[in-house]
Amino acid sequence: MHREAKLGLILLLTPFLLWLSLLIVIPHIDLLLVSLRERVGVGQYEISLGNYLTFFTEPLYIVTFLRTAVMSIFATILTLLIGFPVAYYIAKMAKGRTQSALFLLCLVPFWVSELVRTFGWMILLRETGIISNLLQSVGLAQGPVEMLYNDAAIMVGLVYTSMLFMVVPLITTLESLSDEVVEAGYDLGGSGFSVLREIIIPHAMPGIVSGSIVVFMLCLGNYLTPTMLGGKESLWFTELIYSQFIVRFNWELGAAFGFLLLILSSVIVWGMLRLTGQSLEKTMG
Amino acid sequence: MIPSIPQSRFVTTAYKAYVLLFFVFLALPLIVVAAFAFNDSQFPSLPWEGFTWNWFFGSERPMIGVFHERSILRAIGTSVFVAFCVSALSMVVGLSNAFLFNRYKFRGQSILYVFMLLPLVIPGIVLGISILVASSRLANGLWDGFQWDVEALRPGLWLVILGQFSFITTIATLVIGARLQKFDKTLEEAALNLGAGRLTAIRTVTLPYLAPAMIGAFVVAFLMSFENFNTTLMLVGSDAPLTIAMFDRLKEGSTPLLNAVSLLLMLGSSLLALVMIAFQKKN
Repeated sequence: MHREAKLGLILLLTPFLLWLSLLIVIPHIDLLLVSLRERVGVGQYEISLGNYLTFFTEPLYIVTFLRTAVMSIFATILTLLIGFPVAYYIAKMAKGRTQSALFLLCLVPFWVSELVRTFGWMILLRETGIISNLLQSVGLAQGPVEMLYNDAAIMVGLVYTSMLFMVVPLITTLESLSDEVVEAGYDLGGSGFSVLREIIIPHAMPGIVSGSIVVFMLCLGNYLTPTMLGGKESLWFTELIYSQFIVRFNWELGAAFGFLLLILSSVIVWGMLRLTGQSLEKTMG
Repeated sequence: MIPSIPQSRFVTTAYKAYVLLFFVFLALPLIVVAAFAFNDSQFPSLPWEGFTWNWFFGSERPMIGVFHERSILRAIGTSVFVAFCVSALSMVVGLSNAFLFNRYKFRGQSILYVFMLLPLVIPGIVLGISILVASSRLANGLWDGFQWDVEALRPGLWLVILGQFSFITTIATLVIGARLQKFDKTLEEAALNLGAGRLTAIRTVTLPYLAPAMIGAFVVAFLMSFENFNTTLMLVGSDAPLTIAMFDRLKEGSTPLLNAVSLLLMLGSSLLALVMIAFQKKN
Protein backbone atom coordinates (compact mmCIF):
# COMPACT_ATOMS: atom_id res chain seq x y z
CA MET A 1 0.00 0.00 0.00
CA HIS A 2 1.20 3.52 -0.82
CA ARG A 3 2.14 5.76 2.04
CA GLU A 4 -0.52 8.23 0.93
CA ALA A 5 -3.18 5.55 0.86
CA LYS A 6 -2.14 4.37 4.29
CA LEU A 7 -2.46 7.89 5.65
CA GLY A 8 -5.90 8.20 4.08
CA LEU A 9 -6.98 4.91 5.62
CA ILE A 10 -5.84 6.04 9.06
CA LEU A 11 -7.60 9.39 8.66
CA LEU A 12 -10.86 7.67 7.75
CA LEU A 13 -10.56 4.93 10.34
CA THR A 14 -10.08 7.38 13.22
CA PRO A 15 -13.57 8.98 13.26
CA PHE A 16 -15.17 5.61 12.59
CA LEU A 17 -13.35 3.85 15.43
CA LEU A 18 -13.94 6.77 17.81
CA TRP A 19 -17.65 6.75 17.04
CA LEU A 20 -17.92 2.96 17.27
CA SER A 21 -15.94 2.54 20.46
CA LEU A 22 -17.04 5.61 22.43
CA LEU A 23 -20.72 5.55 21.55
CA ILE A 24 -21.52 1.90 20.87
CA VAL A 25 -19.01 -0.61 22.22
CA ILE A 26 -17.80 0.93 25.49
CA PRO A 27 -21.28 2.05 26.64
CA HIS A 28 -22.57 -1.50 26.15
CA ILE A 29 -19.65 -2.97 28.08
CA ASP A 30 -20.40 -0.48 30.85
CA LEU A 31 -24.03 -1.48 30.76
CA LEU A 32 -23.07 -5.14 31.13
CA LEU A 33 -20.74 -4.35 34.04
CA VAL A 34 -23.40 -2.34 35.86
CA SER A 35 -25.92 -5.13 35.35
CA LEU A 36 -23.46 -7.58 36.94
CA ARG A 37 -23.00 -5.72 40.19
CA GLU A 38 -25.04 -5.48 43.33
CA ARG A 39 -25.16 -2.73 45.88
CA VAL A 40 -24.07 -3.98 49.29
CA GLY A 41 -23.66 -0.66 51.07
CA VAL A 42 -23.41 3.06 50.42
CA GLY A 43 -21.18 3.34 47.36
CA GLN A 44 -20.08 -0.29 47.73
CA TYR A 45 -20.71 -2.87 45.06
CA GLU A 46 -20.09 -6.55 44.58
CA ILE A 47 -20.03 -8.60 41.42
CA SER A 48 -23.03 -10.87 41.31
CA LEU A 49 -25.76 -12.27 39.13
CA GLY A 50 -28.35 -10.98 41.62
CA ASN A 51 -30.08 -8.67 39.16
CA TYR A 52 -30.64 -11.45 36.65
CA LEU A 53 -31.83 -13.69 39.47
CA THR A 54 -34.36 -11.05 40.47
CA PHE A 55 -35.64 -11.10 36.92
CA PHE A 56 -36.08 -14.85 36.86
CA THR A 57 -37.75 -15.07 40.25
CA GLU A 58 -40.27 -12.27 39.79
CA PRO A 59 -43.19 -13.46 37.64
CA LEU A 60 -44.22 -9.93 36.66
CA TYR A 61 -40.88 -9.34 34.98
CA ILE A 62 -40.84 -12.62 33.09
CA VAL A 63 -44.44 -12.34 32.01
CA THR A 64 -43.90 -8.80 30.75
CA PHE A 65 -40.75 -9.91 28.93
CA LEU A 66 -42.51 -12.79 27.17
CA ARG A 67 -45.61 -10.75 26.44
CA THR A 68 -43.51 -8.04 24.81
CA ALA A 69 -41.71 -10.63 22.68
CA VAL A 70 -44.85 -12.45 21.59
CA MET A 71 -46.80 -9.30 20.83
CA SER A 72 -43.88 -7.87 18.86
CA ILE A 73 -43.68 -11.02 16.74
CA PHE A 74 -47.42 -10.92 16.23
CA ALA A 75 -47.30 -7.25 15.25
CA THR A 76 -44.52 -8.02 12.76
CA ILE A 77 -46.52 -10.80 11.11
CA LEU A 78 -49.61 -8.61 10.99
CA THR A 79 -47.66 -5.75 9.42
CA LEU A 80 -46.26 -8.12 6.80
CA LEU A 81 -49.68 -9.57 5.97
CA ILE A 82 -51.32 -6.15 5.69
CA GLY A 83 -48.42 -4.50 3.91
CA PHE A 84 -47.50 -7.18 1.36
CA PRO A 85 -50.52 -6.83 -0.94
CA VAL A 86 -50.16 -3.06 -0.89
CA ALA A 87 -46.44 -3.24 -1.65
CA TYR A 88 -47.17 -5.68 -4.47
CA TYR A 89 -49.83 -3.40 -5.88
CA ILE A 90 -47.48 -0.41 -5.86
CA ALA A 91 -44.53 -2.34 -7.27
CA LYS A 92 -46.23 -4.46 -9.96
CA MET A 93 -49.80 -3.28 -10.64
CA ALA A 94 -49.51 0.50 -10.57
CA LYS A 95 -47.58 2.15 -13.38
CA GLY A 96 -45.87 5.46 -14.00
CA ARG A 97 -47.29 8.47 -12.20
CA THR A 98 -49.75 6.52 -10.06
CA GLN A 99 -46.92 4.34 -8.87
CA SER A 100 -44.73 7.17 -7.64
CA ALA A 101 -47.73 9.01 -6.18
CA LEU A 102 -48.81 5.93 -4.21
CA PHE A 103 -45.26 5.35 -3.05
CA LEU A 104 -45.02 8.92 -1.80
CA LEU A 105 -48.41 8.60 -0.07
CA CYS A 106 -47.05 5.63 1.84
CA LEU A 107 -44.26 7.79 3.21
CA VAL A 108 -46.41 10.75 4.26
CA PRO A 109 -47.44 9.56 7.75
CA PHE A 110 -43.82 8.99 8.63
CA TRP A 111 -42.77 12.54 8.11
CA VAL A 112 -44.44 13.35 11.41
CA SER A 113 -43.32 12.03 14.74
CA GLU A 114 -44.60 8.84 16.30
CA LEU A 115 -46.10 10.98 19.04
CA VAL A 116 -48.42 12.71 16.58
CA ARG A 117 -49.46 9.38 15.05
CA THR A 118 -50.20 7.91 18.46
CA PHE A 119 -52.09 11.03 19.42
CA GLY A 120 -54.21 10.56 16.29
CA TRP A 121 -55.16 7.04 17.34
CA MET A 122 -56.03 8.29 20.83
CA ILE A 123 -58.45 10.81 19.35
CA LEU A 124 -59.98 8.10 17.18
CA LEU A 125 -60.26 5.31 19.71
CA ARG A 126 -61.05 6.90 23.04
CA GLU A 127 -64.42 6.91 24.75
CA THR A 128 -65.31 10.37 23.48
CA GLY A 129 -63.50 9.68 20.22
CA ILE A 130 -64.54 9.60 16.61
CA ILE A 131 -65.17 5.87 16.23
CA SER A 132 -67.16 5.66 19.43
CA ASN A 133 -69.34 8.58 18.29
CA LEU A 134 -69.70 7.08 14.85
CA LEU A 135 -70.87 3.74 16.25
CA GLN A 136 -73.40 5.51 18.43
CA SER A 137 -74.82 7.62 15.63
CA VAL A 138 -75.18 4.58 13.37
CA GLY A 139 -76.92 2.78 16.22
CA LEU A 140 -74.41 -0.03 16.64
CA ALA A 141 -73.66 1.04 20.21
CA GLN A 142 -75.91 2.41 22.91
CA GLY A 143 -73.38 4.26 25.01
CA PRO A 144 -69.81 5.48 24.57
CA VAL A 145 -67.39 2.68 23.69
CA GLU A 146 -63.88 2.70 25.11
CA MET A 147 -61.47 1.20 22.63
CA LEU A 148 -58.31 2.61 24.10
CA TYR A 149 -56.16 1.11 26.85
CA ASN A 150 -56.07 -2.52 25.76
CA ASP A 151 -53.85 -4.86 23.76
CA ALA A 152 -55.78 -4.44 20.54
CA ALA A 153 -55.18 -0.70 20.64
CA ILE A 154 -51.46 -1.32 21.16
CA MET A 155 -51.50 -3.66 18.17
CA VAL A 156 -53.17 -1.06 15.93
CA GLY A 157 -50.62 1.52 17.03
CA LEU A 158 -47.64 -0.77 16.49
CA VAL A 159 -48.76 -1.94 13.05
CA TYR A 160 -49.48 1.63 12.00
CA THR A 161 -46.17 2.95 13.26
CA SER A 162 -44.11 0.18 11.64
CA MET A 163 -45.89 -0.01 8.27
CA LEU A 164 -43.41 2.13 6.34
CA PHE A 165 -40.45 0.01 7.36
CA MET A 166 -42.15 -3.07 5.95
CA VAL A 167 -43.64 -1.60 2.79
CA VAL A 168 -40.56 0.23 1.49
CA PRO A 169 -38.15 -2.76 1.45
CA LEU A 170 -40.94 -4.92 0.01
CA ILE A 171 -41.57 -2.47 -2.83
CA THR A 172 -37.85 -2.27 -3.56
CA THR A 173 -37.42 -6.03 -3.90
CA LEU A 174 -40.71 -6.62 -5.70
CA GLU A 175 -39.91 -3.96 -8.29
CA SER A 176 -36.90 -6.00 -9.39
CA LEU A 177 -39.10 -9.00 -10.18
CA SER A 178 -39.65 -8.93 -13.92
CA ASP A 179 -43.13 -9.45 -15.33
CA GLU A 180 -41.89 -12.16 -17.69
CA VAL A 181 -41.02 -14.46 -14.81
CA VAL A 182 -44.52 -14.16 -13.41
CA GLU A 183 -46.01 -14.70 -16.87
CA ALA A 184 -43.84 -17.76 -17.34
CA GLY A 185 -45.19 -19.11 -14.08
CA TYR A 186 -48.73 -18.78 -15.38
CA ASP A 187 -47.79 -20.18 -18.80
CA LEU A 188 -46.40 -23.27 -17.17
CA GLY A 189 -49.80 -23.86 -15.66
CA GLY A 190 -49.30 -22.33 -12.24
CA SER A 191 -52.31 -21.01 -10.40
CA GLY A 192 -52.30 -17.58 -8.76
CA PHE A 193 -51.49 -19.18 -5.45
CA SER A 194 -48.62 -21.35 -6.66
CA VAL A 195 -47.09 -18.42 -8.55
CA LEU A 196 -47.26 -16.40 -5.35
CA ARG A 197 -45.74 -19.20 -3.30
CA GLU A 198 -43.04 -20.35 -5.70
CA ILE A 199 -42.06 -17.21 -7.56
CA ILE A 200 -43.13 -14.00 -5.87
CA ILE A 201 -42.46 -14.80 -2.22
CA PRO A 202 -39.01 -16.38 -2.78
CA HIS A 203 -38.05 -13.37 -4.85
CA ALA A 204 -39.28 -10.96 -2.17
CA MET A 205 -37.48 -12.82 0.62
CA PRO A 206 -34.67 -10.30 1.22
CA GLY A 207 -37.27 -7.53 1.50
CA ILE A 208 -39.46 -9.62 3.79
CA VAL A 209 -36.52 -10.38 6.06
CA SER A 210 -35.14 -6.86 6.30
CA GLY A 211 -38.62 -5.38 6.74
CA SER A 212 -39.47 -7.92 9.43
CA ILE A 213 -36.22 -7.31 11.31
CA VAL A 214 -36.69 -3.56 11.41
CA VAL A 215 -40.37 -3.81 12.33
CA PHE A 216 -39.68 -6.34 15.05
CA MET A 217 -36.94 -4.15 16.51
CA LEU A 218 -39.17 -1.10 16.45
CA CYS A 219 -42.01 -2.94 18.20
CA LEU A 220 -39.79 -4.51 20.82
CA GLY A 221 -38.11 -1.23 21.67
CA ASN A 222 -41.22 0.87 21.47
CA TYR A 223 -42.12 2.87 24.54
CA LEU A 224 -44.56 5.48 23.36
CA THR A 225 -47.27 3.34 21.79
CA PRO A 226 -47.73 0.86 24.67
CA THR A 227 -47.61 3.68 27.21
CA MET A 228 -50.17 5.87 25.50
CA LEU A 229 -52.50 3.27 23.96
CA GLY A 230 -52.15 0.42 26.45
CA GLY A 231 -53.92 0.10 29.75
CA LYS A 232 -52.62 -0.55 33.23
CA GLU A 233 -52.54 -4.29 32.56
CA SER A 234 -50.67 -4.10 29.30
CA LEU A 235 -47.16 -3.45 30.50
CA TRP A 236 -44.33 -3.33 27.95
CA PHE A 237 -40.78 -4.36 28.82
CA THR A 238 -39.37 -0.95 27.93
CA GLU A 239 -41.67 0.57 30.56
CA LEU A 240 -39.96 -1.61 33.16
CA ILE A 241 -36.54 -0.40 32.02
CA TYR A 242 -37.70 3.19 32.16
CA SER A 243 -39.18 2.86 35.62
CA GLN A 244 -36.07 1.16 37.02
CA PHE A 245 -33.81 3.82 35.57
CA ILE A 246 -35.74 7.03 35.97
CA VAL A 247 -38.35 6.42 38.66
CA ARG A 248 -36.74 3.92 41.05
CA PHE A 249 -33.18 4.89 40.25
CA ASN A 250 -32.18 1.23 40.43
CA TRP A 251 -29.67 1.31 37.58
CA GLU A 252 -28.30 -2.16 38.30
CA LEU A 253 -31.64 -3.89 37.73
CA GLY A 254 -32.50 -1.54 34.86
CA ALA A 255 -29.21 -2.37 33.15
CA ALA A 256 -29.92 -6.09 33.51
CA PHE A 257 -33.34 -5.54 31.91
CA GLY A 258 -31.73 -3.56 29.12
CA PHE A 259 -29.29 -6.34 28.48
CA LEU A 260 -32.00 -8.96 28.45
CA LEU A 261 -33.90 -6.91 25.87
CA LEU A 262 -30.75 -6.66 23.79
CA ILE A 263 -30.17 -10.42 24.00
CA LEU A 264 -33.77 -11.15 23.07
CA SER A 265 -33.65 -8.90 20.03
CA SER A 266 -30.27 -10.24 18.90
CA VAL A 267 -31.40 -13.86 19.24
CA ILE A 268 -34.58 -13.31 17.27
CA VAL A 269 -32.86 -11.27 14.55
CA TRP A 270 -30.09 -13.86 14.30
CA GLY A 271 -32.64 -16.68 14.17
CA MET A 272 -34.58 -14.92 11.45
CA LEU A 273 -31.41 -14.45 9.38
CA ARG A 274 -30.36 -18.07 9.87
CA LEU A 275 -33.78 -19.46 9.03
CA THR A 276 -33.93 -17.60 5.75
CA GLY A 277 -30.24 -17.89 4.90
CA GLN A 278 -29.71 -14.12 4.75
CA SER A 279 -26.96 -12.02 6.28
CA LEU A 280 -27.07 -8.70 8.09
CA GLU A 281 -24.87 -7.00 5.49
CA LYS A 282 -27.12 -8.14 2.67
CA THR A 283 -30.43 -7.23 4.27
CA MET A 284 -29.45 -3.97 5.93
CA GLY A 285 -26.52 -2.64 3.94
CA MET B 1 -51.18 -11.28 -10.60
CA ILE B 2 -49.81 -8.71 -13.03
CA PRO B 3 -51.64 -6.37 -15.42
CA SER B 4 -50.76 -8.48 -18.47
CA ILE B 5 -52.52 -11.54 -17.05
CA PRO B 6 -56.31 -11.21 -17.30
CA GLN B 7 -58.12 -11.46 -13.97
CA SER B 8 -61.77 -11.47 -13.08
CA ARG B 9 -63.35 -8.04 -12.59
CA PHE B 10 -64.31 -8.93 -9.06
CA VAL B 11 -60.78 -9.79 -7.98
CA THR B 12 -59.21 -6.62 -9.37
CA THR B 13 -61.93 -4.44 -7.88
CA ALA B 14 -61.58 -6.09 -4.50
CA TYR B 15 -57.83 -5.64 -4.68
CA LYS B 16 -58.18 -1.95 -5.48
CA ALA B 17 -60.66 -1.52 -2.67
CA TYR B 18 -58.20 -3.10 -0.25
CA VAL B 19 -55.42 -0.74 -1.32
CA LEU B 20 -57.80 2.21 -0.96
CA LEU B 21 -58.78 1.03 2.51
CA PHE B 22 -55.12 0.80 3.42
CA PHE B 23 -54.54 4.42 2.49
CA VAL B 24 -57.60 5.48 4.48
CA PHE B 25 -56.05 3.65 7.44
CA LEU B 26 -52.80 5.53 6.89
CA ALA B 27 -54.39 8.93 6.53
CA LEU B 28 -57.11 8.77 9.17
CA PRO B 29 -55.11 9.55 12.34
CA LEU B 30 -53.33 12.44 10.64
CA ILE B 31 -56.52 13.95 9.25
CA VAL B 32 -58.16 13.72 12.65
CA VAL B 33 -55.20 15.36 14.39
CA ALA B 34 -55.15 18.17 11.84
CA ALA B 35 -58.91 18.75 11.92
CA PHE B 36 -59.20 19.11 15.67
CA ALA B 37 -56.54 21.80 15.72
CA PHE B 38 -59.39 24.08 14.64
CA ASN B 39 -61.99 22.94 17.16
CA ASP B 40 -63.25 25.75 19.37
CA SER B 41 -63.21 23.61 22.50
CA GLN B 42 -60.91 22.64 25.33
CA PHE B 43 -60.69 19.04 24.19
CA PRO B 44 -59.57 17.50 20.90
CA SER B 45 -62.72 15.41 20.61
CA LEU B 46 -66.31 15.60 19.46
CA PRO B 47 -68.62 17.49 19.61
CA TRP B 48 -67.42 19.98 17.05
CA GLU B 49 -67.83 23.43 18.63
CA GLY B 50 -67.01 25.53 15.61
CA PHE B 51 -63.98 26.73 13.73
CA THR B 52 -61.26 28.78 15.38
CA TRP B 53 -57.69 29.92 14.74
CA ASN B 54 -57.18 30.42 18.48
CA TRP B 55 -55.05 27.31 18.98
CA PHE B 56 -52.52 28.94 16.70
CA PHE B 57 -52.78 32.64 17.39
CA GLY B 58 -54.82 32.95 20.60
CA SER B 59 -53.08 34.93 23.33
CA GLU B 60 -55.53 34.72 26.24
CA ARG B 61 -56.40 31.96 28.63
CA PRO B 62 -57.88 29.39 28.27
CA MET B 63 -56.91 29.35 24.62
CA ILE B 64 -53.24 30.15 24.29
CA GLY B 65 -52.11 29.40 20.76
CA VAL B 66 -48.84 27.81 19.68
CA PHE B 67 -47.29 31.13 18.77
CA HIS B 68 -47.84 32.50 22.25
CA GLU B 69 -46.94 29.41 24.23
CA ARG B 70 -43.37 30.02 25.40
CA SER B 71 -42.58 26.48 26.55
CA ILE B 72 -43.59 24.95 23.22
CA LEU B 73 -41.66 27.53 21.25
CA ARG B 74 -38.59 26.91 23.38
CA ALA B 75 -38.95 23.15 22.91
CA ILE B 76 -39.10 23.64 19.13
CA GLY B 77 -35.93 25.71 19.33
CA THR B 78 -34.23 22.99 21.37
CA SER B 79 -35.28 20.31 18.87
CA VAL B 80 -33.97 22.34 15.93
CA PHE B 81 -30.65 22.89 17.68
CA VAL B 82 -30.26 19.19 18.53
CA ALA B 83 -31.34 18.07 15.06
CA PHE B 84 -28.92 20.48 13.40
CA CYS B 85 -25.95 19.28 15.47
CA VAL B 86 -26.86 15.62 14.98
CA SER B 87 -27.32 15.94 11.21
CA ALA B 88 -24.08 17.87 10.73
CA LEU B 89 -22.10 15.37 12.79
CA SER B 90 -23.63 12.28 11.20
CA MET B 91 -23.28 13.66 7.70
CA VAL B 92 -19.55 14.25 8.18
CA VAL B 93 -18.85 10.92 9.87
CA GLY B 94 -21.19 9.16 7.42
CA LEU B 95 -19.23 10.58 4.50
CA SER B 96 -15.97 9.46 6.02
CA ASN B 97 -17.38 5.99 6.74
CA ALA B 98 -18.71 5.68 3.20
CA PHE B 99 -15.24 6.32 1.79
CA LEU B 100 -13.71 3.96 4.32
CA PHE B 101 -15.88 1.02 3.29
CA ASN B 102 -15.98 1.78 -0.43
CA ARG B 103 -12.45 2.79 -1.26
CA TYR B 104 -10.30 0.67 0.99
CA LYS B 105 -9.72 -2.99 1.50
CA PHE B 106 -8.20 -3.88 4.84
CA ARG B 107 -8.15 -6.76 7.23
CA GLY B 108 -11.23 -7.00 9.43
CA GLN B 109 -13.22 -4.76 7.12
CA SER B 110 -16.26 -7.01 6.87
CA ILE B 111 -16.42 -7.41 10.65
CA LEU B 112 -16.21 -3.66 11.08
CA TYR B 113 -18.97 -3.24 8.52
CA VAL B 114 -21.24 -5.48 10.58
CA PHE B 115 -20.32 -3.41 13.65
CA MET B 116 -21.23 -0.29 11.73
CA LEU B 117 -24.69 -1.76 11.09
CA LEU B 118 -25.24 -2.83 14.68
CA PRO B 119 -26.96 0.37 15.89
CA LEU B 120 -29.84 -0.54 13.57
CA VAL B 121 -30.59 -3.67 15.59
CA ILE B 122 -30.10 -2.19 19.06
CA PRO B 123 -33.36 -0.94 20.60
CA GLY B 124 -33.24 2.84 20.99
CA ILE B 125 -33.96 2.68 24.68
CA VAL B 126 -30.99 0.36 25.25
CA LEU B 127 -28.72 2.73 23.32
CA GLY B 128 -30.03 5.49 25.56
CA ILE B 129 -29.36 3.75 28.87
CA SER B 130 -25.96 2.45 27.79
CA ILE B 131 -24.78 5.97 26.95
CA LEU B 132 -26.34 7.24 30.17
CA VAL B 133 -24.46 4.65 32.22
CA ALA B 134 -21.14 5.19 30.43
CA SER B 135 -21.24 8.98 30.57
CA SER B 136 -22.19 9.11 34.23
CA ARG B 137 -19.40 6.68 35.08
CA LEU B 138 -16.98 8.93 33.22
CA ALA B 139 -18.39 12.01 34.97
CA ASN B 140 -18.06 10.36 38.38
CA GLY B 141 -14.53 9.25 37.55
CA LEU B 142 -13.52 12.76 36.56
CA TRP B 143 -15.04 14.12 39.76
CA ASP B 144 -13.39 11.55 42.02
CA GLY B 145 -10.02 11.82 40.29
CA PHE B 146 -9.66 15.49 39.48
CA GLN B 147 -12.63 17.23 41.12
CA TRP B 148 -13.80 18.20 37.63
CA ASP B 149 -17.52 18.61 37.27
CA VAL B 150 -18.29 18.10 33.58
CA GLU B 151 -21.86 19.27 33.08
CA ALA B 152 -21.95 17.95 29.49
CA LEU B 153 -21.75 14.35 30.75
CA ARG B 154 -24.90 14.67 32.87
CA PRO B 155 -28.33 14.10 31.30
CA GLY B 156 -29.04 17.05 29.04
CA LEU B 157 -28.76 18.30 25.50
CA TRP B 158 -25.20 17.17 24.86
CA LEU B 159 -26.01 13.62 25.82
CA VAL B 160 -29.16 13.72 23.70
CA ILE B 161 -27.03 14.82 20.75
CA LEU B 162 -24.50 12.03 21.36
CA GLY B 163 -27.23 9.44 21.79
CA GLN B 164 -28.97 10.35 18.54
CA PHE B 165 -25.68 10.73 16.70
CA SER B 166 -24.76 7.17 17.71
CA PHE B 167 -27.38 5.51 15.52
CA ILE B 168 -28.19 8.19 12.93
CA THR B 169 -24.59 7.97 11.71
CA THR B 170 -25.31 4.44 10.47
CA ILE B 171 -28.22 5.71 8.38
CA ALA B 172 -26.12 8.56 6.96
CA THR B 173 -23.36 6.09 6.10
CA LEU B 174 -25.80 3.85 4.23
CA VAL B 175 -27.39 6.74 2.31
CA ILE B 176 -24.05 8.23 1.21
CA GLY B 177 -22.43 4.82 0.67
CA ALA B 178 -25.20 3.74 -1.70
CA ARG B 179 -24.45 6.66 -4.01
CA LEU B 180 -20.70 6.34 -3.72
CA GLN B 181 -21.01 2.73 -4.86
CA LYS B 182 -22.61 3.86 -8.12
CA PHE B 183 -19.85 6.37 -8.76
CA ASP B 184 -17.83 5.78 -11.89
CA LYS B 185 -14.26 5.70 -10.66
CA THR B 186 -12.81 6.47 -14.09
CA LEU B 187 -14.07 10.03 -13.68
CA GLU B 188 -11.78 10.45 -10.72
CA GLU B 189 -8.92 8.80 -12.61
CA ALA B 190 -9.48 11.23 -15.48
CA ALA B 191 -9.04 14.11 -13.05
CA LEU B 192 -5.83 12.52 -11.78
CA ASN B 193 -4.59 12.10 -15.36
CA LEU B 194 -5.29 15.74 -16.00
CA GLY B 195 -2.86 16.58 -13.23
CA ALA B 196 -5.13 17.03 -10.22
CA GLY B 197 -3.91 15.86 -6.85
CA ARG B 198 -5.89 13.14 -5.07
CA LEU B 199 -7.66 15.53 -2.73
CA THR B 200 -8.41 17.99 -5.53
CA ALA B 201 -9.92 15.16 -7.58
CA ILE B 202 -12.15 14.14 -4.70
CA ARG B 203 -13.12 17.75 -3.95
CA THR B 204 -13.93 18.72 -7.53
CA VAL B 205 -15.30 15.46 -8.93
CA THR B 206 -16.45 13.02 -6.27
CA LEU B 207 -17.93 15.37 -3.68
CA PRO B 208 -20.15 17.28 -6.17
CA TYR B 209 -21.39 13.90 -7.37
CA LEU B 210 -22.17 12.91 -3.77
CA ALA B 211 -23.88 16.23 -2.92
CA PRO B 212 -27.48 15.01 -3.41
CA ALA B 213 -26.83 12.01 -1.16
CA MET B 214 -25.18 14.21 1.43
CA ILE B 215 -28.12 16.59 1.47
CA GLY B 216 -30.46 13.61 1.54
CA ALA B 217 -28.57 12.17 4.50
CA PHE B 218 -28.72 15.54 6.24
CA VAL B 219 -32.48 15.86 5.78
CA VAL B 220 -33.19 12.27 6.83
CA ALA B 221 -30.95 12.72 9.87
CA PHE B 222 -32.71 15.97 10.71
CA LEU B 223 -36.15 14.34 10.56
CA MET B 224 -35.03 11.29 12.53
CA SER B 225 -33.48 13.44 15.20
CA PHE B 226 -36.53 15.70 15.38
CA GLU B 227 -38.83 12.69 15.75
CA ASN B 228 -36.64 10.62 18.02
CA PHE B 229 -38.27 9.62 21.25
CA ASN B 230 -36.80 6.49 22.84
CA THR B 231 -33.13 7.42 23.03
CA THR B 232 -33.92 11.03 23.90
CA LEU B 233 -36.26 10.00 26.70
CA MET B 234 -33.44 8.30 28.60
CA LEU B 235 -30.91 11.11 28.15
CA VAL B 236 -32.98 14.25 28.49
CA GLY B 237 -32.29 16.79 31.22
CA SER B 238 -34.26 19.91 32.04
CA ASP B 239 -34.24 21.27 28.47
CA ALA B 240 -36.76 19.04 26.75
CA PRO B 241 -36.93 18.76 22.95
CA LEU B 242 -40.35 18.99 21.37
CA THR B 243 -41.35 15.31 21.34
CA ILE B 244 -40.60 14.98 25.05
CA ALA B 245 -42.36 18.25 25.90
CA MET B 246 -45.44 17.12 23.97
CA PHE B 247 -45.33 13.70 25.62
CA ASP B 248 -45.33 15.30 29.07
CA ARG B 249 -48.34 17.41 28.14
CA LEU B 250 -50.16 14.50 26.58
CA LYS B 251 -49.82 12.53 29.80
CA GLU B 252 -51.53 15.34 31.72
CA GLY B 253 -54.40 15.48 29.25
CA SER B 254 -54.56 16.95 25.82
CA THR B 255 -55.86 20.24 24.48
CA PRO B 256 -56.16 21.17 20.80
CA LEU B 257 -52.91 23.07 21.32
CA LEU B 258 -51.15 19.75 20.75
CA ASN B 259 -53.12 19.30 17.53
CA ALA B 260 -51.98 22.71 16.38
CA VAL B 261 -48.34 21.87 17.10
CA SER B 262 -48.76 18.55 15.30
CA LEU B 263 -50.27 20.23 12.25
CA LEU B 264 -47.32 22.62 12.11
CA LEU B 265 -44.97 19.65 12.35
CA MET B 266 -46.74 17.93 9.46
CA LEU B 267 -46.49 21.08 7.34
CA GLY B 268 -42.86 21.56 8.27
CA SER B 269 -41.73 18.06 7.43
CA SER B 270 -43.78 17.91 4.22
CA LEU B 271 -42.10 21.13 3.14
CA LEU B 272 -38.70 19.69 3.94
CA ALA B 273 -39.49 16.51 2.01
CA LEU B 274 -40.76 18.48 -1.00
CA VAL B 275 -37.59 20.56 -1.03
CA MET B 276 -35.55 17.38 -0.98
CA ILE B 277 -37.53 15.78 -3.82
CA ALA B 278 -37.27 18.95 -5.90
CA PHE B 279 -33.55 19.08 -5.28
CA GLN B 280 -33.03 15.47 -6.28
CA LYS B 281 -35.10 15.90 -9.45
CA LYS B 282 -32.83 18.76 -10.46
CA ASN B 283 -29.82 16.51 -10.25
